[in-house]
Amino acid sequence: MSDNKPCRAELFEWINVVSFAVDDVKLYLDTHPHDCDALEYFEEFKKQRVQALKEYAKYYSPLTLDTACTPAERWAWIDSPWPWQEGGCQ
Amino acid sequence: MWNYEKRLQYPVKITQTNPEIAQVIITQFGGPDGELAASMRYLSQRYSMPYNEVTGILTDIGTEELAHMEMICAIVHQLTRNLTPEQLVESGFDKYYVDHTLALWPQAASGAPWTATYFQSKGDPITDIHEDMAADGTIL
Repeated sequence: MSDNKPCRAELFEWINVVSFAVDDVKLYLDTHPHDCDALEYFEEFKKQRVQALKEYAKYYSPLTLDTACTPAERWAWIDSPWPWQEGGCQ
Repeated sequence: MWNYEKRLQYPVKITQTNPEIAQVIITQFGGPDGELAASMRYLSQRYSMPYNEVTGILTDIGTEELAHMEMICAIVHQLTRNLTPEQLVESGFDKYYVDHTLALWPQAASGAPWTATYFQSKGDPITDIHEDMAADGTIL
């Protein structure tokens, strides 16, 4: 994936999917901190999420501050549409 | 502290405006059982919660409620884009518009402004968790 430019809509959807998995298991882990299966699940999807966010920032625009810092001439954070605007959910 | 992530928890892509429905949905933003009240409830209660498991979940759910609030606001915003003066009057949205134009303002469907009296924060874990169950029973 890193050599070929990924499809924007597909990558964005994937970020939503893996982020939901991370969000959900995070809540479960708060009250079940010793569940090894859940810990493994968290680790796996967290890794995928971090990777997908990096890819999105590299090819399109940063969605998080941690992926916003790429050497560039312009602060890209404000360029892409905001999530409630047209084109902001892709 | 918090960091913003530039996406909605679930995408909102509304193509047809509908100010009638927007006036109802806005209650999930600033009404008595809305996301703002839910978020403030959990984030206020956590400081006096003596159990790490519960403090953790109050923090993380309180945070997630902010993401829900953002989705609701996106829905209301998209339902009320580019309204004509005729649409404003016909839909009854003119009563909101006269005070807020097309900005988002936390109110109930009745027009009652958001208030901290929508939730309780007592410092007693059982009392607070009971309140959370009554308000958002399926989660805690």
